[in-house]
Amino acid sequence: MRAFTFASARTVEDALDALADGGPGPKRFIAGGTNLIDLMKEDVARPAALVDINRVGLDEIRPTEAGGLLLGALARNAATARHPEVRRRYPLVSAAILAGASPQIRNMATNGGNLLQRTRCHYFYDVGTPCNKREPGEGCSAIEGLARQHAILGASEHCIATHPSDLCVALAALGAVVHVRSAAGQRLIPFEQFHRLPGDEPQRDTTLGEDELITAIELPPSDGYAAHSTYLKVRERASYAFALVSVAAALDLDEDGAVRGARLALGGVAHKPWRVPEAEEALVGARPTPAAFEAAAETALAGAQSRGDNAFKIPLAHRAVVRALGMALDGVPANTGLLGLPFFAGEPFEGTPLDRMDTEEQP
Amino acid sequence: MGSEIESMAPEAAPPVTADRHHVELVVNEVPHRLEVESWVTLLDLLRDRLDLIGTKKGCDHGQCGACTVLLDGVRVNSCLTLAVMHDGAEVVTVEGLAEGERLHPLQQAFIDRDAFQCGYCTPGQLCSAAGMLDEFDAVPEGSDVARVRELMSGNVCRCGAYPQITQAVLDVLAATRGRGGAA
Repeated sequence: MRAFTFASARTVEDALDALADGGPGPKRFIAGGTNLIDLMKEDVARPAALVDINRVGLDEIRPTEAGGLLLGALARNAATARHPEVRRRYPLVSAAILAGASPQIRNMATNGGNLLQRTRCHYFYDVGTPCNKREPGEGCSAIEGLARQHAILGASEHCIATHPSDLCVALAALGAVVHVRSAAGQRLIPFEQFHRLPGDEPQRDTTLGEDELITAIELPPSDGYAAHSTYLKVRERASYAFALVSVAAALDLDEDGAVRGARLALGGVAHKPWRVPEAEEALVGARPTPAAFEAAAETALAGAQSRGDNAFKIPLAHRAVVRALGMALDGVPANTGLLGLPFFAGEPFEGTPLDRMDTEEQP
Repeated sequence: MGSEIESMAPEAAPPVTADRHHVELVVNEVPHRLEVESWVTLLDLLRDRLDLIGTKKGCDHGQCGACTVLLDGVRVNSCLTLAVMHDGAEVVTVEGLAEGERLHPLQQAFIDRDAFQCGYCTPGQLCSAAGMLDEFDAVPEGSDVARVRELMSGNVCRCGAYPQITQAVLDVLAATRGRGGAA
């Protein structure tokens, strides 16, 4: 890791002042640090100064006057996932968090930091290969390289990276609002405008200003969706892996069982959580049938393009959307993580090989 | 400790003066006052400055869990956090789990269940399991076996002792409940 200077802020104002303070740049806030420190070890991130914001507060989770819930930017992912109001009113948020990372990382990582984590594209992480996101103008190694985990939607000729977050897929589906602060005051960013597509500036993941701090994430009232929401995650192994494809799906059903509202967002397929309002709108008023879900998947994935290695993702994403909507209909909250666990997962291994040798009859 | 500082120095263009900070930590109930460079991870501080080498550096990227310690009672990857961020914190490492000569119930269970081969991941497994017991009932879905597997998934065992590790943790979980209430 390269040398840098460190300062610990005690208030939000302190933190913003420290960021604006002169001296050699670039400066970065550090909260959970689970992604930033890793990027610094790999020499991908090279801040000259870190401003620690872990002691500025911003960690509460509380109801809003609008009837929603405010998630403090510095509330830990684990604390958020197990918060009673999050679990009761926004099970989709709990499910998405619990499908991601490891318990240790969820204990450290913050909600604000989760939004700002960088892609896990291996070329981005490998400073020995060209990457436009890391060094604009170098070229993209993934386009002609190994692209199994890469984008099928919204990519550009400069970058085909995907956003790695699970939580953000749920936040996109729920239409969250990101609260940010700078010396100039507060700004509210609708979630669909927070993350960007790569275009010709793949180095910019988000629309957050360099002088801005995320203070909270606001969830709008969405209680109608609570009973029928699902986070479906498809990955290379059963736990602790990034999504190849993930789907946040939620249905608000009326008394007759018809769809009153639908929410649908995909992860692992684009540079940002992929939400297609037309796919949601087409479900409204319809019966929640497999045919309707197929049509929604078709609309959500319109324009999908593969890069060879990731061709499997297009049919995978299609089937994942259909399956997730079906799970939401059935009230199944997740397929992985703690909320996706089967009640029975096989018998525990009884004893040890040595125990069995001891008890075996000797000839 | 000159060699240790050298090993942590950046390869290119170090600043004229190293950015050092005063940090107070209570590690395994022993208070320490330290001067530490800003870029020293909690893991490197434990191993290189305090000589608590039970905590292991496996991947150094938060993927293997061998560096897991309890930070203010909560399990974390000590490789992914800076020592300077934790002034005033309490840390428990594998060296602090036992009470004198009496092993922590998890340590005894790992021995009883033969829950390791090479042992490299074991300190992290033990600290992770100790932290897990406090988290176990926060999200009470799934069977105990399924939950232990999921909740221990941040700790990799290259020897593949997972069935025995799971059983050892389940033993302690059952014993804790037997004593009445949540862990």
